[in-house]
Amino acid sequence: MSIFSFFRSAPRPSAVQAKERLQIVMAHERAGRSGPDYLPMLQQELLAVIAKYVDIDQNKVEVKLDRGGDCSTLEVNIELPAREQAKAAAAAKAGDKPAGNDDAAAKRPVSGGSVNGSAKKRG
Amino acid sequence: MSKIIVMTSGKGGVGKTTSSAAFATGLALRGFKTVVIDFDVGLRNLDLVMGCERRVVFDFINVINGEAKLNQALIKDKRIENLYILPTSQTRDKDALSRDGVEKVLNELSKEFDYILCDSPAGIERGALMSLYFADHAIIVTNPEVSSVRDSDRILGVLNSRSRRAEQGLEPVTQQLLLTRYDPDRVERGEMLKVDDVLEILAIPLLGVVPESQAVLRASNVGMPVILDEASNAGQAYMDAVGRFLGEDIDHRFVNPQKKGLFSRLLRRSA
Ligand SMILES: Nc1ncnc2c1ncn2[C@@H]1O[C@H](COP(=O)(O)OP(=O)(O)O)[C@@H](O)[C@H]1O
Ligand SMILES: [Mg+2]
Repeated sequence: MSIFSFFRSAPRPSAVQAKERLQIVMAHERAGRSGPDYLPMLQQELLAVIAKYVDIDQNKVEVKLDRGGDCSTLEVNIELPAREQAKAAAAAKAGDKPAGNDDAAAKRPVSGGSVNGSAKKRG
Repeated sequence: MSKIIVMTSGKGGVGKTTSSAAFATGLALRGFKTVVIDFDVGLRNLDLVMGCERRVVFDFINVINGEAKLNQALIKDKRIENLYILPTSQTRDKDALSRDGVEKVLNELSKEFDYILCDSPAGIERGALMSLYFADHAIIVTNPEVSSVRDSDRILGVLNSRSRRAEQGLEPVTQQLLLTRYDPDRVERGEMLKVDDVLEILAIPLLGVVPESQAVLRASNVGMPVILDEASNAGQAYMDAVGRFLGEDIDHRFVNPQKKGLFSRLLRRSA
């Protein structure tokens, strides 16, 4: 055993990682299962509309329906790419070539954003 | 009226057939007239695990198709009073399991038996759906491993939406967890999910923990349900689980590593 291994922090046990990964993936899958039938369709159509304007990553979209006693919430959470990339993507989609100065802009540090829409419905 | 139990998991190779053979034998040992049915059409294996493979003449599918009478296909266990096996076909496929056909056979069996145990095939297609459709109780066989836990959760979803009880708005199918191939030493080393982790994730009551055990292979080699190996930890774990299923309050054993002698600890360290 090397003397350095005393100083290294113990690696996280793989079983702990297994549990965390399961909790995350299953929260997703259960939400999809218990939701109404239209939820996957809604998610796809929403995505299609947003993708017309912004280049979005399919994995960074979350559509969640929470059923409350007399009030349900539909939560749409979309993580957007960095602002400049988004503009370039939108321009490219519109059939334009990205302008030269956009190239330069893309090299600047970029910042991400996120839209978070929420709709409430009494039920 | 008999009770219908399904041994199910989603994932293959987790121990459904091993557990079906053990559980059916345990129920019969407790005096209940029990039949265990192989729903794994095309991949018949329960007969081998039960040690009656050379006595199969007619099978479940023959009975469904009216090619044989139920009592021609039922095999009476040679060791245990009250225990019967209904083997499946090796040559047909799972489409042979019509819902009406399965229902007809189950109805006929329920006139005679206390428990009908259905050994489900893997997957969530026809065979698996038919094996769970008529169930009153589900035993979810799970290994402490990510894909098995996830598949078990899917099966719980199927039980809650596509079983007869769910479709007809009856009392839901009861669901209990049988955690098998559990290795307390690996759990202690942080290499395997703990019982409590799996319980927290699946959120169903624990029926039993069956340790990883060499006795299981030994038993299947000779066609004996492992529960009959009374000296083995797996056999005892199944016996305890049957008792709990019948409502007895039995402590969980085999969850913690067995105390090791100095000699084996030294061996382990040098290994
Ligand atoms: N507790 C256990 N310890 C060791 N091996 C086991 C245990 N339970 C099952 N096995 C082995 O796992 C394999 C798959 O078991 P099986 O019961 O056929 O699973 P399934 O019916 O779910 O496909 C078999 O080789 C069996 O001997
Ligand atoms: Mg099997």
